[in-house]
Amino acid sequence: MSEYLNSFFFGIYPYIAVGVMIFGSILRYDRDPYSWKADSSQLMSRKGLRLGSNLFHVGILLLFFGHLVGLLTPHWVYSPFMTSGQKQILAMTAGGIFGTITLVGMVILIARRFGNARVSATSSFWDKAILLLLFAQLILGLLTIPQSAKHLDGSSMIELAEWAQKIVTFRGGAAEHIINENIIFKLHIVLGLTIFLVFPFTRLVHMFSAPIKYLLRSGYQIVRKRQ
Amino acid sequence: MTIRAQIGMVLNLDKCIGCHTCSITCKNVWTSRGGMEYAWFNNVETKPGLGYPRNWEDQEQWKGGWTRTKSGKLKPKAGGKVGLLTQIFANPNLPEIDDYYDPYTYEYDHLKTAKESKTVPTARMKSVITGKTKDAPDWGVNWEEILGGEFEKRRSDYNFRDIQEQMYGEFENTFMMYLPRLCEHCLNPSCVASCPSGAIYKREEDGIVLIDQDKCRGWRMCVSGCPYKKIYFNWQSGKSEKCTFCYPRIEAGEPTVCSETCVGRIRYLGVLLYDSEQIKEAASVPDEKDLYQAQCDLFLDPNDPDVIARAKADGIPESWIEGAQNSPVYKMAMDWKIAFPLHPEYRTLPMVWYVPPLSPIQSAHENGMMESKEGTNGMIPDVESLRIPVKYLANLLTAGDEKPVTTALERMLAMRAYMRGKSVDGVTNLGILEQVGMSEHEMDDMYQMMAIANYEDRFVIPTNHREYAGDGPFDHEIAFETRSECGFSFGNGCHGGEEKRPNLFGSPSHANTLDGSYRGAKTPGDGGVKTLEATKMGDKS
Repeated sequence: MSEYLNSFFFGIYPYIAVGVMIFGSILRYDRDPYSWKADSSQLMSRKGLRLGSNLFHVGILLLFFGHLVGLLTPHWVYSPFMTSGQKQILAMTAGGIFGTITLVGMVILIARRFGNARVSATSSFWDKAILLLLFAQLILGLLTIPQSAKHLDGSSMIELAEWAQKIVTFRGGAAEHIINENIIFKLHIVLGLTIFLVFPFTRLVHMFSAPIKYLLRSGYQIVRKRQ
Repeated sequence: MTIRAQIGMVLNLDKCIGCHTCSITCKNVWTSRGGMEYAWFNNVETKPGLGYPRNWEDQEQWKGGWTRTKSGKLKPKAGGKVGLLTQIFANPNLPEIDDYYDPYTYEYDHLKTAKESKTVPTARMKSVITGKTKDAPDWGVNWEEILGGEFEKRRSDYNFRDIQEQMYGEFENTFMMYLPRLCEHCLNPSCVASCPSGAIYKREEDGIVLIDQDKCRGWRMCVSGCPYKKIYFNWQSGKSEKCTFCYPRIEAGEPTVCSETCVGRIRYLGVLLYDSEQIKEAASVPDEKDLYQAQCDLFLDPNDPDVIARAKADGIPESWIEGAQNSPVYKMAMDWKIAFPLHPEYRTLPMVWYVPPLSPIQSAHENGMMESKEGTNGMIPDVESLRIPVKYLANLLTAGDEKPVTTALERMLAMRAYMRGKSVDGVTNLGILEQVGMSEHEMDDMYQMMAIANYEDRFVIPTNHREYAGDGPFDHEIAFETRSECGFSFGNGCHGGEEKRPNLFGSPSHANTLDGSYRGAKTPGDGGVKTLEATKMGDKS
């Protein structure tokens, strides 16, 4: 049974979650573009937002790209420069710092989201739920640091990276890399995939709309004919 | 030179009675939906006052509009593109709902449904947003109505700069005027410039500035970027919304709702032709006081044959050129020089202009003597003796330059004196006209336009020729495919108003919330037959 669950959650669930995320997002963008938004609550209360939101966003962006690079860079790319043990120390240090930044930001944002009468009243179910999901995920992520401190040889990290790389390159047997990992890593992965799963139904879609194109706009003005 | 056309507006403040009909009709048409309770695309402020949102005119506080850099270039006051993007996680210049006001209603239904009691039931005040009971409102869209409140607060009005405002707090010297406000549909809009998504755009054919609701991502930079604070964040849909200049009406050749319903007949709509290539230069003249003249220089004479030829070459329809020739806005702004842009110093080149108000003569003596303009033999009172200080009007309309405002006021005073002579005394006094540099024909025209203000003189709006929007001179495809199309919708078909379909992604319902609903109300406030399910405030409950 546990082997079945293992191969479901780490072999099949990733494809369900990412599939729902991709197709759900396309569907939302195409069918209901009016609902695609960042959904700021700053109008309701500016107190705490400047510190909280900036810390949260900067921290979580760094965490995201840290995971992306850390998990998906093949071993042979960095092996000439560092051992996997050194890479693990780097990951733990960077993750610890970015995680703490995010944690401080999130505590402020959660206090505001649930404590401020106006912000709370104008929040949708998903506005609150996604914040709690992200918070739980952050706590799990931070808990993996003491766990990995128990074995600094980098072998566990290699296994996790191997899993991620097999998943994204559609190779079989990915789930086998996870089976011996600590429960905290397993929970962190399953919750992470769940966040991918609910992504299109939440305000998280705004990250696809990061306005990089703004920097490329020639001049400032937009004048157009009726289309 | 590339000629573009825009429908501009002039408001004759001399005739505004502050009845708020424009605001109410606009509210009912455009902002009666959930999330927009606090928003008024059109509002009427009593000046002097801080206005709505509080102290909106002070760009040291809000960082709206443009700033001219040392090198002579313009950039949004809140920062250039990179600077604005660093503010995207939390906009330091965004007003809070309390700067507008916390929308409220009263528990009217309680008056009808309360159980028998010894005391009379009351309708307590409720915050629409939180549903919590409030003791009293603390700010509103017309909070300072007819000089409500103490002078101590009002004196920090931005237009009092360079004025010894203390004396205007004294009862004998106090003054007031109304200022109806809407989106300025600027030639150099800073909201468009600060929108990271590129959702806001200016329409080439009529100059109306619109927000594409499907493209807006709610980064809220436009709210702070607009110095007039005329973009509102819909807290329910998470999108910014603004005055649409009632474009579905304008396209059909009808005036905006605010103009149509103005009981004082103070609003004018008409076409202006301008050279779009000169916009940047005009908006970046070094001295703020030159901005009014620089903007006037952009407007082209629609009777000039060269301009007409060029306009045709640039694709402006014949009917629009004709509209420009009969434009009341051009006459008031350019021919008679009696209308001015609101706060040109923001460098956005606004296109809703104002005729300054005359006011009672401050120093009229009991014996009827008053100071009069030098050399007019007492026929035209001295504008310096008007109750509203000219400097105040100049700070509002010409970045502090008093001369154009004085000229305009003198012309309006001259019109009164001249017409009084003509119709009461039967004397045509050409001396008065000479004093203000106008011909008899011009003055008769101005009287017809300003005092009689017939509907067809006030609103000269050519219909929108959408068939010309294509590449060719006349696009049949565009003309026919748009037939029977919905004029205004929230996407997903032709739904204009409330949507009841189940919704996976949580778009707002657009339910009307003007019926007294508030969050958590058991019945709608007015005790209507609709159930709360039908009127509930969108998805966020």
